Amino acid sequence: MSIDRREFLKIAGASVIAGLGCLSAFEILLPGQFEASQVLRNPKALVGKRWGMVIDMKKLNEETMKKCVDICHRIHNVPDIKNLKEEIKWIWTETFEHAFPGQESEYMSEEIKEMPFLVLCNQCDNPPCVRVCPTKATFKREDGIVMMDMHRCIGCRFCMAACPFGARSFNWRDPRPFIKEENMEYPTRMKGVVEKCTFCYERLAVGLKPACVEVSNGALIFGDLADPESEIRRVLREHYTIRRKSELGTNPSLYYII
Amino acid sequence: MYDGWKVILGIIIFLGIATFPILYDIGKASVPPPEPKIDTPEIQKMAEKKCIESKSFMKTEHMVMLDNWRDSVVREGNRIYISTEGKEYDMSLQNTCMKCHSNKKKFCDECHNYVAVKPYCWDCHIEPKEEG
Repeated sequence: MSIDRREFLKIAGASVIAGLGCLSAFEILLPGQFEASQVLRNPKALVGKRWGMVIDMKKLNEETMKKCVDICHRIHNVPDIKNLKEEIKWIWTETFEHAFPGQESEYMSEEIKEMPFLVLCNQCDNPPCVRVCPTKATFKREDGIVMMDMHRCIGCRFCMAACPFGARSFNWRDPRPFIKEENMEYPTRMKGVVEKCTFCYERLAVGLKPACVEVSNGALIFGDLADPESEIRRVLREHYTIRRKSELGTNPSLYYII
Repeated sequence: MYDGWKVILGIIIFLGIATFPILYDIGKASVPPPEPKIDTPEIQKMAEKKCIESKSFMKTEHMVMLDNWRDSVVREGNRIYISTEGKEYDMSLQNTCMKCHSNKKKFCDECHNYVAVKPYCWDCHIEPKEEG
C-alpha cells in the first residue's frame, strides 16, 4: 500500500482535529470532582470597591491607640519581639515628622509635634509592593485590599524595599515563641516571610469591620471610598484630610484628620 | 575470555552491593502500616460519622482539596465550600478540618510519617492542643 504526501497530510490533520475534539468533549461531559465543586462567598461578607479608612486624630488618644494596636496584634498572632531590628508590627504609632515627612515645620504646635499618630498599611490604590513581588504573594484584591498570600511568599523582601511607609515586617526568626496568647482561629507566620496589615480581610469576609475600627470609639471610620453615599465619603467631604506621602503617587486609602 | 576471574569477581561484588538493601531486610519485621484514628470526641458526637466528602475521595485527594481551598479563600475571597451532597462548609484547615480531627498526631502524622512526606501546613497553621 502506498500513500502520497497529500493523502498523508489529510489523514494526519483529520486525526488531530478528532483527537482534540474528543478530549474537550470528555472534559465537558465528565468534569472531575474539583472542576465540578462549587464555592461561594459568605452572603454576610462586607462588599466594597475600594476599602479605605479615615483616622480622626482629634478623637484619638493614646489609650485608644494602644487598644487598637493590642487587639490587632492579639487576634492576628503578631509576635512581640523587643529587638527593634526584628520587631513585627501591623499597626503602630509614629511621630508627625516620621509619619508625614516634609510637612513638619519649625513653628508648628508642640502638641502636634509630640502627638503619636496611628499608622498602618495604607492599602494603596497603586501599590508599589504588588508591582515588585516576584511571586504575586502580595496582590491587590478586587475590593482594593493589598493582600498577602503567605503560602507564596519567598521572603525576598522586595516589597519591604518598595513600600515607602515601612508598613511591612520580615520574620527573621520563628515568631511562635514570641506570641503570648495564640488565637487558635488565625494562623501564625513562619520564619522567612513578610507580613503586614490586611485590613482584617478575615473579618470583612464574615461581615465584621476591622478590629481596630471596632475598638476605636468612632475615631477610625472604615468604608467604601468608591461609594459616594458611604459614611467615609461624607466624613471626607466635611473635613480637610491629609495622606501620608501622597506626592509619591501610591494613592493611599488612609486619610488623617489632624 | 581474558581476565575472566576479574570480570566474574566484579559481577559478584556488583550484585552483592546492588541487592544488599533487599537482603538486609529479609526476615526483619516490616514497618507496620499506618492506622489513622478518627476517635476524637467531636467525631464521636456525630450521628452519622462522615467527612465532608467520601472517605476514599478524602484519602486520595485531600491534599489537592486543601490546595484548592487556600487559593479560593486567600486569592478569591470565597470561603464556603459546597460538598457533592450540597452541604456548606467554611473552608478552613484550622477552623473546620481540625475542629473534628483534633488528633493531629494520630490522624495526620500517622500516614505522613509512614510515607515520609513533610507537609509544611503546621509552620503557620496552629495545630490543636493535644495531651502527651
